[in-house]
Amino acid sequence: MKKLEIEEIEVDLLLEGIYQRYGYDFRHYGRASIKRRLQHHLTKADYGIVSEMIPSVLYDESKFKALLFDISVTVTEMFRDPWFYVGIREKVIPFLKTFPFINVWHAGCATGEEVYSLAIVLKEEGLYDRARIYATDINDSALEKAKSRIYPMSKMKEYSSNYQHAGGKRSLSHYFYAKYDSVIVDADLQENITFANHNLATDNVFGEMHLILCRNVLIYFNRTLQDRVLSIFADSLRYNGFLCLGTKETMHFAKVRDDFVEFLRNERIYQYKGIPH
Amino acid sequence: MRFEKKYEAIVIGTSAGGLGTLQKILSKLPSDFALPILVVQHRLPAADQFLSIFLNDVCQLAVKEADNKEIIKPPMVYVAPSNYHLLVERTKTISLTVDPKVKYSRPSIDALFETAAEAYLSKLIGIILTGANNDGTAGLKKIKEHGGLTIAQNPQTAEVSIMPMSAIQANVVDKVLSLTEMAPFLNQISDEVKVYERRYHKLNMEHQSKI
Repeated sequence: MKKLEIEEIEVDLLLEGIYQRYGYDFRHYGRASIKRRLQHHLTKADYGIVSEMIPSVLYDESKFKALLFDISVTVTEMFRDPWFYVGIREKVIPFLKTFPFINVWHAGCATGEEVYSLAIVLKEEGLYDRARIYATDINDSALEKAKSRIYPMSKMKEYSSNYQHAGGKRSLSHYFYAKYDSVIVDADLQENITFANHNLATDNVFGEMHLILCRNVLIYFNRTLQDRVLSIFADSLRYNGFLCLGTKETMHFAKVRDDFVEFLRNERIYQYKGIPH
Repeated sequence: MRFEKKYEAIVIGTSAGGLGTLQKILSKLPSDFALPILVVQHRLPAADQFLSIFLNDVCQLAVKEADNKEIIKPPMVYVAPSNYHLLVERTKTISLTVDPKVKYSRPSIDALFETAAEAYLSKLIGIILTGANNDGTAGLKKIKEHGGLTIAQNPQTAEVSIMPMSAIQANVVDKVLSLTEMAPFLNQISDEVKVYERRYHKLNMEHQSKI
């Protein structure tokens, strides 16, 4: 048996162990990505081979947490895909404004860049004070970073450019103050955001949502898991509520696709038309 | 008669100067080119689909932006979307991810090359073209470790020589080709694959008729 095949067995055993011990299900994740991330953690945490991780991860929860951070963190930026935020601002928000109060679920919020981007848009459109944003992720360390509101100064040029292309109404620096080589997002942008741990692979419905954002999370899942998650979103949305996916994700193959209509095609924004509940 | 298919896929990585260089090479390949080609070209995160649309317009061979979970099969050039990594699964399907940047890049050439090496093993050709950093060098090393063929553009014919130079200096390159030699070489590989496939098909038919 070749080394590559043996490594596959090691990865299977580790992922099965993690699932049984901690309930985090990475068995249906894209394999190439998981393997690269395990390899990265292996080098960083000074393990020789993947099998060596199994006993320490099973018996030592802190070792698991460290591994979880490396295999589940995704990296995004403020106003990623600026045109998406133009769509939200010009087409979705006028609709949401007809409600006295709106609930937003940002599923898979990672380190928070896109949550604060949305908060800024809501603020500029006068909807922030009537909104409650639930921002969830399976990665506690990522959530801590999101809560800290601290981002590297070096990214600001890129973020400012994105913000301008996203139809920003002021200067992005208006929402930050700088400290050493970091920027800190204004505390009042966090006031209406609740950060919480939620696992899309195993946890359940999240409430009466008007808007759900889950961008670039489903691309990691196989079809079974994608179906499960999209059904959770359908059950979490109010009639006429919106679901936003990443630019490389689609409802096309989902079981619940008939419950949604394409609202903005390129922006991957769908509107829920299922039976009201 | 040797009866092992020699190559099954080609991966190409490039950054600065890549657009014109890709055009010069890919436009000289026929529409029935026998191997799938996967391309990572560094560009701005907010770039649109211009690259794949433009290349598709100027090439006989079909060019598309890669989709997640897509099955890789020829004839087709798959281009990594901006701001996503393009990975190859061992099932020979595409995975797009937003994993952290590798050497400041997403898409990363190394990420494509290393995952493709594990999927295609010795049946992979990796090519590094013009570019201004050292992305791709680690990827070529991995391709070589698995027995694949590694090629760098002759730095003297590259718009920016740093990327092919980095690979050559790291001793991970089997073959150095000038820009004008690139397409003829690839066409020769494609022709060999076509000959193999015809023979294989014929043998298969003979075998079937004997049963």
